[in-house]
Amino acid sequence: MNSSPLITLRGITKSFPGVLANDHVDLDIYSGEVHALLGENGAGKSTLMKILYGFYRADSGKIRLNGHLIKIRSPHDARQFRIGMVFQDFILIPALSVAENIALFLSDLPAVLDKVQLNRRIGEISKRYNLQVDPDAPVWRLSVGERQKVEVLKLLLADAQILILDEPTRSLAPHEIEGLFQVFTNLRRDGYAIVFITHKLKEVLACADRITVMRCGQNADTLPAAEATEKGLISLMFGEAVIESTHRRREPPREAAQPLLELRQISTRDDVSGTSLREVNLDVFSGEIVGVAGVSGNGQRELGDVILGLESCSRGAKYLFGQDATHWSVARIRASGVAFIPEDPLGMVAFAGLTVRENMALTAMHKYARQAGLSINWESVRSDLECSLKRLGFTVSSFDIPMRFLSGGNIQRVILAREMARHPKLILAFYPTRGLDVQSAISARDLLVASRDAGSGVLLISEDLGELFSLSDRLVVLFRGRIVGTGIPQEITMNEVGYLMTGSKMENRSNG
Amino acid sequence: MPGVARFVGLLALAFFVFAIVLVIFGKNPTKAYTDIFLSTLGNTYGFSEILVKMIPLILTAIAVALPSRIWLINVGGEGQLHIGALFATWGALNFTNLPAWILLPLIFMLGFLGGGLWALISGILRAKGWASETISTLLLNYVAILLVNFFVFGPWKDPESANYPQTAEFVNAATLPAFGNSRVHLGLVFAITALIVYYFVLSRTRWGLEMRAIGNNPEAAQRNGIPIAGYIILLMFIGGGIAGLAGMSEVSAIQGRLRPGLSPGYGFTGFLISWMAGGNPLGILASAFLLAIITSGGDILQMSHGLPGSVVNILMALILFVVLARRG
Amino acid sequence: MIGSFLGGFLSGAIQSGAPLLYATLGEVIEERAGIVNLGLEGVMLIGAVVGFSTTVQTGNAVLGTLAGGLAGGLFNMVFGFLVITRRANQLASGLALMFCGVGLSALLGAPYIGSRIEGLKEIRIPFLSDLPLVGTILFQYDILVYLVVPMAMVIGWLLFNTRWGLSLRAVGENPTAAFAAGKNPYKLQYQALFIAGTLGGIAGAHLSLALAKTWAEWMTAGRGFVAVALVIFSKWHPVRAIAGAFLFGGAIALQLQMQALGVPVSPFLLDMLPYLLSLGVLAAWGGAGRRASPGSLGRVFQGTE
Repeated sequence: MNSSPLITLRGITKSFPGVLANDHVDLDIYSGEVHALLGENGAGKSTLMKILYGFYRADSGKIRLNGHLIKIRSPHDARQFRIGMVFQDFILIPALSVAENIALFLSDLPAVLDKVQLNRRIGEISKRYNLQVDPDAPVWRLSVGERQKVEVLKLLLADAQILILDEPTRSLAPHEIEGLFQVFTNLRRDGYAIVFITHKLKEVLACADRITVMRCGQNADTLPAAEATEKGLISLMFGEAVIESTHRRREPPREAAQPLLELRQISTRDDVSGTSLREVNLDVFSGEIVGVAGVSGNGQRELGDVILGLESCSRGAKYLFGQDATHWSVARIRASGVAFIPEDPLGMVAFAGLTVRENMALTAMHKYARQAGLSINWESVRSDLECSLKRLGFTVSSFDIPMRFLSGGNIQRVILAREMARHPKLILAFYPTRGLDVQSAISARDLLVASRDAGSGVLLISEDLGELFSLSDRLVVLFRGRIVGTGIPQEITMNEVGYLMTGSKMENRSNG
Repeated sequence: MPGVARFVGLLALAFFVFAIVLVIFGKNPTKAYTDIFLSTLGNTYGFSEILVKMIPLILTAIAVALPSRIWLINVGGEGQLHIGALFATWGALNFTNLPAWILLPLIFMLGFLGGGLWALISGILRAKGWASETISTLLLNYVAILLVNFFVFGPWKDPESANYPQTAEFVNAATLPAFGNSRVHLGLVFAITALIVYYFVLSRTRWGLEMRAIGNNPEAAQRNGIPIAGYIILLMFIGGGIAGLAGMSEVSAIQGRLRPGLSPGYGFTGFLISWMAGGNPLGILASAFLLAIITSGGDILQMSHGLPGSVVNILMALILFVVLARRG
Repeated sequence: MIGSFLGGFLSGAIQSGAPLLYATLGEVIEERAGIVNLGLEGVMLIGAVVGFSTTVQTGNAVLGTLAGGLAGGLFNMVFGFLVITRRANQLASGLALMFCGVGLSALLGAPYIGSRIEGLKEIRIPFLSDLPLVGTILFQYDILVYLVVPMAMVIGWLLFNTRWGLSLRAVGENPTAAFAAGKNPYKLQYQALFIAGTLGGIAGAHLSLALAKTWAEWMTAGRGFVAVALVIFSKWHPVRAIAGAFLFGGAIALQLQMQALGVPVSPFLLDMLPYLLSLGVLAAWGGAGRRASPGSLGRVFQGTE
């Protein structure tokens, strides 16, 4: 670490309509350090780094590079200053090859592309930092971990000196995370500065040199990792003690006669995008939570689509509540008592431009339509929704505003109320707490447990191993469309699940 | 109502630019606009002719507006109109002995069926994910017009009109009655009824809500169990059928026989109207009125001012440009 | 007899296919940049009328072609303003452009309706052009036909082997990614539209200066839409477009040949062939084609705050 910072940010302020994302933030970044930017969702970490990368422009504040005042008006400028950023959703173009994606990024290439030389340059750097990929492979064929390597290679080849990574470990398995930290170590040794944004405490403590905690748009504190403790960081992140819910006592699994959901040898057709399912066998009984672990993109979406009836299977059979539901329509499946809580409610199941009331009506049209569809029983819609909201302890100000004007949390609550209004017997919960703040996440988890205790069956799909382990009664692991492992949380370890998630064999490894 | 004021302002802009175009080509825009105004709104006959033109325009506009609720872009109004006219003509020519109270409803249904089936082709192609309805309806326009030409120059050609390619004249029983001395015919009732039904379905019924849901978020609609493919096919069929009614009424009430050049681009004008009105029923009525005046203007410009009739396409395009540029 | 039919048919196919190919190549470039242009029909008409009138006024058909191309490029900029700067719906904007092209070309072309000119002359290559059959099929065309296949190659090279082409394809796939990589999607899209408009204008000029050698209202008769279908058929690849365009040129030529032979099929039914073929091709390839299409085709780039 040098004696003077490479980059200093002073007084950075940025607001968007309705929210002050960054509030006079100061930050120093040194070369040869791994600097973690820690904070909960919405704390302003991403915004701050996007300003440094030129994706946003700060309302006020100064940025200095090696002591000189600089202006960053666009990513182009940022790259001139050797600043590079890897976004959460990789900005790679799946249809193009690895080399093409990298070439897109380099500004020093001649007008006519020399593919041979480019491949050679890629080869050199990838070997040096252990980021091997095939330069001619189209990106859509790469796994998440490989795509991340491409993103880092892009930055290195573009001669970035400061590398910003936004939630880099989101979709990685435990051993891939270790590999990434190893890459950090190599880069640090060569003088690169690495800033990584995360909300995961354990990672921060494992690999960072210095930690900056952000809270509510402000820099709560910056401290060396050696001085940081988990408890101390948590209090910086939240300001007050977080109320953890009491440890759930798991009821012994009931000896139910018939599973609510039965999938037998389900396979789906091969598709260019997405992963097809292969011979999936899965049961969900009433009164249990079945957790599905797996890296996003290994068939989770397809699994949900098949169960919901959105996609048909090329082989196999699906039974719902004892009946053969393999060819049922979506409407029929929903009407039979299946609820769906998606990861992105506004995008996937809600109608942003329609009112809350209309959204409720659309859930169960067969119930609310009158006179063969000529009119709608709005009274019934209103009372059902009110009833469900009351049961869940939520309130919504008005039913007549379009959904998109509700806050994110309220949208989630309306969707939950809507789905639960019909007392579903089977609940499909997809990444239900992704993007939620801590309190909302706790509420959502409590809700799932309460439903299970009331006799429903829950299929929980999540990337958060901690969440899966604490909520599930049984676990299955999904990899490349297959169930590659099953177990009970008390008997299987997170590491084993992590290895299954990435298709590796768990042997006795010398370096873990 | 600031929205309306802004809209009128945009229209004024379009008219102004068109006036400049006229000046560039050595015509007097003031005289042109006055002529158009006087001959369309200045007397009863002119006004009744506006109503006559509005009938097919309202129908073709609904033919576009209805599918557009779920973002389908039906540019095949022209072709659907022609096939509707074709089917209606078949009925009129082959059932000359039936009384009017049977024959008229028969050719009404044939007109609807013709247009509906023609649009159904595109609807099925789109529902199966094989082809965009925009391009397929566009291409089918040309096929439809050629098909009508084939029949009119060929098997259905009236032997008594030696030099003109046209069918025999329809019998009285197959002619839609008109009101009084004007040419305003029963088709006006179809058009207004269709507009009212369109409004009602969209705002009150279950289907209207489901359609608006699809238009808002198709993925969510699917997950909620709404049969999107079914709606695609249904709306294209009904939309095409309504355009087919426009063809049927033109051929039965105005032309009295089937001949080429049956439609001066009503299908495309209907598209323009629907887009201007944003699919709003009152807007469709108002825009149809405006466009009826403009298309009449085309005839006047051709006859009295020596300009090719299709020059009004420029004005129509300008109107669409300003609407698109503003609304985005 | 067969020879003359074959010769007539194949040379007709190439002659008719060439303008289709120019238009298709233009549309390929636009769509690779993420923009669908249904107004290609209007662009071609503008090219046809400007090319024709310039040739009549100056007596120089090459100048006419260039003028037609330039006019097409500029006309397409109107479309560009709507869809790039104002972010309007591409399909509706394209149709508006078509209306405008139809009306404007009718207005500009009114004085020239029915005039006949010599237009683009055939270029004869000594010895090669005089070969029986082969000479007719391959070596008796005007300059635009000779240039069209090399043009397709050049455009293919441009798209896949240059930095500009890579940036353009990136914009068509994912403009946000391209922007994050430091490219300017707006600038690239305008450039693509200008080139596409120029090619469309040349296609139109070829129709009026070489094929018909006259001017008539709406003489493109839907070829602009056929070109849009051809883009899907050729999976957005310039070199594959060559096959498609000549195939369709063949459909157009077929009905001319059959009429010349006196085959008793109604000319109207024969005229339907190109459109039905386009439709068939769309339907057959459409589903699969969707995956090959540029990822962000038709969508609007929102930029950043």
